[in-house]
Amino acid sequence: MATDARILPFRPTGEPLPAAIRAEGIRITRAGRRLLDLATLSLGETGVTALLGPNGAGKSILLRVIMGLVTPDEGKVWLDPALGLPAFVPQNPVLLRRTVRGNLRHALALAGVPRRDRTGRMAELLVMAGLAPHAETRARALSGGERQRLAIARALAATPRLLLLDEPTASLDPAATAAVETLIGQIAAQGVKVVMVTHDRAQAARVCSDVAFLNHGRITEHSPASRFFDNPASPEARAYLAGQLLL
Amino acid sequence: MQDFGQAFSQAFALVAGGDPDFLQVVGLSLRVSLSAVALACAIGIPLGAALATLRFPGRGIISLFASAAMGLPPVVVGLALYMAFSRTGPLGPLGLLYTPKLMILAQTILVTPIVTALSQAAVTELVREYDETLRAMHASRFDRIGTLLWEGRPALLTVMLAGMGRAFAEVGAVMIVGGNINHVTRVMTTAIALETSRGELALALALGLVLLALSLTLNGAVMILRRPEPELAHGN
Amino acid sequence: MRLAALLSLVAAPALADNTIIVQSTTSTQNSGLYDYLLPLFSDATGITAHVVAVGTGQALKNAENCDGDVLLVHAKPAEEAFVAAGFGKARFDVMYNDFIIVGPEADPAHIAGGQDAVAALTAIAADQALFASRGDDSGTNKAELALWAAAGIDAQAASGTWYKELGAGMGETLNAAVGMGAYTISDRATWASFGNKGDFAVDVEGDPALFNQYGVIVVDQTHCPMVNHAGAVAFQDWLLSDAGQTAIAAFRIDGAQVFYPNAN
Repeated sequence: MATDARILPFRPTGEPLPAAIRAEGIRITRAGRRLLDLATLSLGETGVTALLGPNGAGKSILLRVIMGLVTPDEGKVWLDPALGLPAFVPQNPVLLRRTVRGNLRHALALAGVPRRDRTGRMAELLVMAGLAPHAETRARALSGGERQRLAIARALAATPRLLLLDEPTASLDPAATAAVETLIGQIAAQGVKVVMVTHDRAQAARVCSDVAFLNHGRITEHSPASRFFDNPASPEARAYLAGQLLL
Repeated sequence: MQDFGQAFSQAFALVAGGDPDFLQVVGLSLRVSLSAVALACAIGIPLGAALATLRFPGRGIISLFASAAMGLPPVVVGLALYMAFSRTGPLGPLGLLYTPKLMILAQTILVTPIVTALSQAAVTELVREYDETLRAMHASRFDRIGTLLWEGRPALLTVMLAGMGRAFAEVGAVMIVGGNINHVTRVMTTAIALETSRGELALALALGLVLLALSLTLNGAVMILRRPEPELAHGN
Repeated sequence: MRLAALLSLVAAPALADNTIIVQSTTSTQNSGLYDYLLPLFSDATGITAHVVAVGTGQALKNAENCDGDVLLVHAKPAEEAFVAAGFGKARFDVMYNDFIIVGPEADPAHIAGGQDAVAALTAIAADQALFASRGDDSGTNKAELALWAAAGIDAQAASGTWYKELGAGMGETLNAAVGMGAYTISDRATWASFGNKGDFAVDVEGDPALFNQYGVIVVDQTHCPMVNHAGAVAFQDWLLSDAGQTAIAAFRIDGAQVFYPNAN
């Protein structure tokens, strides 16, 4: 399995790894189309990293490569072993046909949380996600925003130190979006490194400390959020921020 | 030609009358078919789940055989078992011919391919839906299959009902291996065949109605178990 | 066969010593004769008889495979061949009744009221009136084929036109005959107890050629070591005894006698 080759027990350089995620020479081609082409990658130095870019830029597949759900044709990914196993919330997370509590219980069991610790951890997660009043609601009967928060809470069951989010607010209204963004802020405040895919510039500006801009499978720019939005270096990022369609 | 109304009144009389012979036939039908469905599920659901989730040698062949065997005529299964379990057949010394045990075996053989093939289809669909989520949760393969089977309860109950339908409707195999012996191996379907051959068409149809009612009851019970949850349409 | 022998120790014998399997015919079962006779037999001997009712041809085949302890069937030449081949000990007459030709009220071949079976079949063939044959190698089917042979008619050559070979039991054949308005030959017992006669009536009866003899054969113990020989012999002896013969004579369908005991 890819996980074994991907997470090395040592740092390849022997030096302290500044980034949570490093990659080299990642290439993925499907049906003649280049989806990812990254000579080097270094993500997660700061609190919340945005993977920003137009549709089809390769943002989601990059998250899946990092997660080990997609094996690249070439190249290698290193995750900082000090952070343990990463957690991932896909764009349309599949919730189990159980209650909110049932979903969290299942995740806690999968994460190997000892039985005696589960009740306490469950209460923490419910409160954190703002779902305590809905603990006994069927998960699939929740609103879109509640579902997304439950999926994030579920991903936190294993107490990850690196959290990957794919378009966490893609189909949510402004109020639900704000609630999810608040939750992400809380998570980052606890020292969890977050890498999130978004195509919402304003969200990246609100939530993220740094931005990696993807276009056609390449990262054309990676800089602190303030600099990226005030003075983008790459012509692609400039065009994107100006609202032009990138071809 | 006797009329349908007569069949309904006879069906009602049968159920209301509680005739011990009739109850024995109903009881044996339930015992044979439900045992067969239970055995078929014990074999077919894990096998179907394995076919859907694992890659192993012979997987394609087993899968093909399971789908093809869904159309196996009951008479052929009955005949093959008769030849095997006849006193002069290779398994004759077991003394199972003309016993409910062999009827259960016959129906298990008929139902298992249906359960296997439909479970495989159901689990394949579940894998498509859940697999990325579960892998992202670092679930082991064993945990993933366990979660899928539990989450797939509604689909698997439907699979079970399909198997039960086959078992309840089947007459060709149990007629041959059971012999339709009164008080011993007579079940609803063989009793219907017998009453038809006696020209007691209304009674035969009445038995058919009772069988239908029985099947409705079982389906209803499963439907309650499978109570659909209030699921909002996904907006995305 | 060591494995099978071992398995047979594990699996309790399905049929204990006080039960026997009778391979018999649909005509005797459908008439209700067994429902009447078997409790009497059981009371007299303590033996429970399990009846598997199929066509005589299949009954003989099943018995040849040792899947029965005793036969009660009605096709004398085939029964004698069964005994001659060593599958059965001896054959004894038990009872008789007769075959009848039944047909629709319209009677297209004008055979109603006749007493000559061969003449009736000749008329049916000449008129190409529909005729439903069992076509299942049963005792009744064998008797029917013998009548066609006596009439010098190759009815099976017309199979699929006016001559319908159903490959079905007596009851199913009667249902089909009533459904399509075809003549057919039935044993009297099945006809008497049949519940779906429609407008059908007996057209031909009383011809000695329509005589229908039932016989009993105990399956040979040397050929089939596993049979319940003692039980089978008890069944045969009881049928042939005064008690059995009296019971057969006393059986009635709607007040009419349909089986006549004639053990020697």
